[in-house]
Amino acid sequence: MKGDHLLLLYFTLLVPFLFALLVPLLYRYMPRIHTGWFVLVVPTGIFIYMINLIPIIAKGEKLVNSVPWIPTLGINYSTYVDGLTLLFGLLISGIGALVVLYSIYYMSKQREALHNFYVYLLIFMGAMLGIAFSDNIFILYMFWELTSIASFLLIAYWYQRKQSRYGAQKSLIITVIGGLALLAGLILLSIMTNTFSIREMIEADQMIVKHQLFLPSMLLILLGAFTKSAQFPFHIWLPDAMEAPTPISAYLHSATMVKAGIYLVARFTPVFSGTIEWFWLVTGTGMITLLWGSFSAVKQNDLKAMLAFSTISQLGLIMCLLGIGSASLYASTAILAALFHLINHSTFKGCLFMVVGIVDHETGTRDIRRLGGLMNIMPITFTLMIIGSFSMAGLPPFNGFLSKELFFTGVLEAARLNIFHLETWGILLPILAWIASIFTFIYSMILVLKTFTGKYKPNKYEKKVHEAPLGMLISPIFLASLVILFFFFPNIISNNLLQPAMKAILPGLLEGGGFENNIKIWHGWTTEVFMTLGVAVVGMLLYISFPKWSGIYEYLPEKISFNYIYDRGLVGMEKLAAKITKTYMTGIVRDYLLYIFIFFVVVVGGSMVLLNNFTFNPSGNGPVSAYEVVLILVIIGAAVLVMLTKSRLTAVIGVGVIGFVVAMFFVIFRAPDLALTQLVVETVTVALFLLCFYHLPELGRETGGVGLRAANLIVSLGVGVLVTLLALTAQSNPLVDPISTFFENSYQLAGARNIVNAILVDFRGFDTMLEILVLSIAGLGVYSLIKLPLARRDNK
Amino acid sequence: MFERILLIALFFLTVSILVGLYRVIKGPSLPDRVVALDTIGINIIAGVAIFSILLNTHAFFDIILLIGILSFIGTISFSKFIERGYIIEYKRDC
Repeated sequence: MKGDHLLLLYFTLLVPFLFALLVPLLYRYMPRIHTGWFVLVVPTGIFIYMINLIPIIAKGEKLVNSVPWIPTLGINYSTYVDGLTLLFGLLISGIGALVVLYSIYYMSKQREALHNFYVYLLIFMGAMLGIAFSDNIFILYMFWELTSIASFLLIAYWYQRKQSRYGAQKSLIITVIGGLALLAGLILLSIMTNTFSIREMIEADQMIVKHQLFLPSMLLILLGAFTKSAQFPFHIWLPDAMEAPTPISAYLHSATMVKAGIYLVARFTPVFSGTIEWFWLVTGTGMITLLWGSFSAVKQNDLKAMLAFSTISQLGLIMCLLGIGSASLYASTAILAALFHLINHSTFKGCLFMVVGIVDHETGTRDIRRLGGLMNIMPITFTLMIIGSFSMAGLPPFNGFLSKELFFTGVLEAARLNIFHLETWGILLPILAWIASIFTFIYSMILVLKTFTGKYKPNKYEKKVHEAPLGMLISPIFLASLVILFFFFPNIISNNLLQPAMKAILPGLLEGGGFENNIKIWHGWTTEVFMTLGVAVVGMLLYISFPKWSGIYEYLPEKISFNYIYDRGLVGMEKLAAKITKTYMTGIVRDYLLYIFIFFVVVVGGSMVLLNNFTFNPSGNGPVSAYEVVLILVIIGAAVLVMLTKSRLTAVIGVGVIGFVVAMFFVIFRAPDLALTQLVVETVTVALFLLCFYHLPELGRETGGVGLRAANLIVSLGVGVLVTLLALTAQSNPLVDPISTFFENSYQLAGARNIVNAILVDFRGFDTMLEILVLSIAGLGVYSLIKLPLARRDNK
Repeated sequence: MFERILLIALFFLTVSILVGLYRVIKGPSLPDRVVALDTIGINIIAGVAIFSILLNTHAFFDIILLIGILSFIGTISFSKFIERGYIIEYKRDC
């Protein structure tokens, strides 16, 4: 059974990518049928396959397998299926199928580039499944980045709009920063545990906690998870990602991609949990996100923006519960609540996004200031909105009520604990959670009441408003019925899905005698019930009096918002980079030469001085004769003349003198071939200088003298002194004997009496060939430089 | 004895090169410099010849001829440059 299963699993994971290749063909050759119908097969099939896995996983079995990808580096495409993985797999494929079905009716076949849409969507789906199923950290990271890219493409689906491009860029920048941090964190983890497999890392958790890289790797991985899951303060990309088509918002930005960070935190809980840093970072960030998200959601006027902030706050809630659950030995309810709410949030938020999409589709606006009075016109949509919103607000008989109760239980349990400074700060958790729930209640009410109640004003809408087509309603109806089903039969998913997932997050707890995983709809008059009642009452009062206190949002200074910081930060970074570049990229060659020379002097000279390497040993040198001294004096004189002269022609003549004296040196040092060549080349060079003279402006800029600049003098002296010292040092320390004895019998070896020529054309003929090539290129270059502009001028 | 005479000759040639160089540096006009350069070239020819005798080789005889040619060509081109401002004539009709 195993082998077949695993093959099927790999196939299942790869199907979205393979099908993405087919989509353009289907779009092109089957134009009559909406491409979405073909695509719908993929997530549905995957979902059915995943359902078949439930009994296996519920029994406690785990599917582990690996296919080599880069075996020499230890990178294998290894999959690992446990409860947590399966939970995500079901969410991704299930909601994916519903979203595809919804998009068939939402996306117009005539006006939209559907093949792009479904290719991106399938890539995203495959990548998301890859994240959940991969065991190898590099595969995980690969799929992680693939989701970022697919999300980028989907947000900017309507790329003609400026806001879409802005949102896509913003989300890409933020999630990729997090993704890179995640990669670094994962690599640190693999250094600590000496494995690339997450499963083996979990087994080595005791060793990791004591390691000195523990804290950096934890922070980096959390940064990755927080950016992806839109946690405070990295939440700013999510509201801007609402420029995507609504099915995408429903799928990526409520049900799947933003839960990738949640998955990561849950997956690494066994590795990092039990430390105070992890507990407070995850719990604290989650709590702040929960508060800030629900607080900000109330002030939004756009329905999708409101849902975006609501997603942020609900993700914060799940994150907070995961953090509390990391103190697992004491508070196992929190993990149960987190997982349960994870599912619940996917159902009701997916439903809400689809409902908002319907409202947008049928009325032409998402602005709550223009909406109102739709209750009688769109009764089904209204019912769905009520189910979703009330579930989000945590009211019975919807599944949000159960997870909200569990959430309160979790924070209350945490407040009673005596670890991690909870005895002093723990009481804050339930209070903040309660306040956040009130805000959640308020915006849930706004969502329903501002949109659907009140008076219907037809002139406010651009089109004639009517109920949505049935096809568009199927998916939200399905999700809404799940919302209710989960309320009445929570233990079906609890036993089959949540229990194995909890075992995956808290493997250590299994030995501790199991845990409470029964979700009771009613468990007496407990504190939680009173808290929920309080939320409903206070929330309703605050909603009614909303116009009176909505002024507090005006007091929030614009400059503290993170969007402002992000935007200004980008502009500031660009300006700073431009400024820095402008300071050294002057466009003046003299400056660049200055950098090169200073760098040369500092690096080479500095290292020579530091290593104390300058030596001078004249013992191996030959005697100096009188005519050499004279020639040196002449060459120095000519060099000084070139530097100090005020006429360009004199400088040319000086250069010529130097060249001829060098030729004389070749004579004295017995190099006739060199002397011959040097003389000819020097003459030609001087002639070329004179040729250039004709084209230079009449006694140009430099007639006023070179002009002594202190910096230039110092640098040139530095270079000269350094090169001299280097030459002397090299001369004093011959490392190997010269190999010239070999060339001395050139007559026997090459039939040549002239040893220089024998080397040039026989022993080392290859160099000569390339030198010839250099001269040819130079000749051709000169020719084309002179000829081509002339030809262009002639054409005109 | 012979070698000493050669050295003395070499010394005087050097002195005359230095004197020529003084003219090159001092000027005052461009033709002065060009003529001085020509003189230096001739002196270098003599120097190379004496060197060849000193080193007892005929490997440098080519150089003597070459310097003679180059010195001539160089002086001619300088002269043409001084007179006309350019060396190689530029045909407009090509």
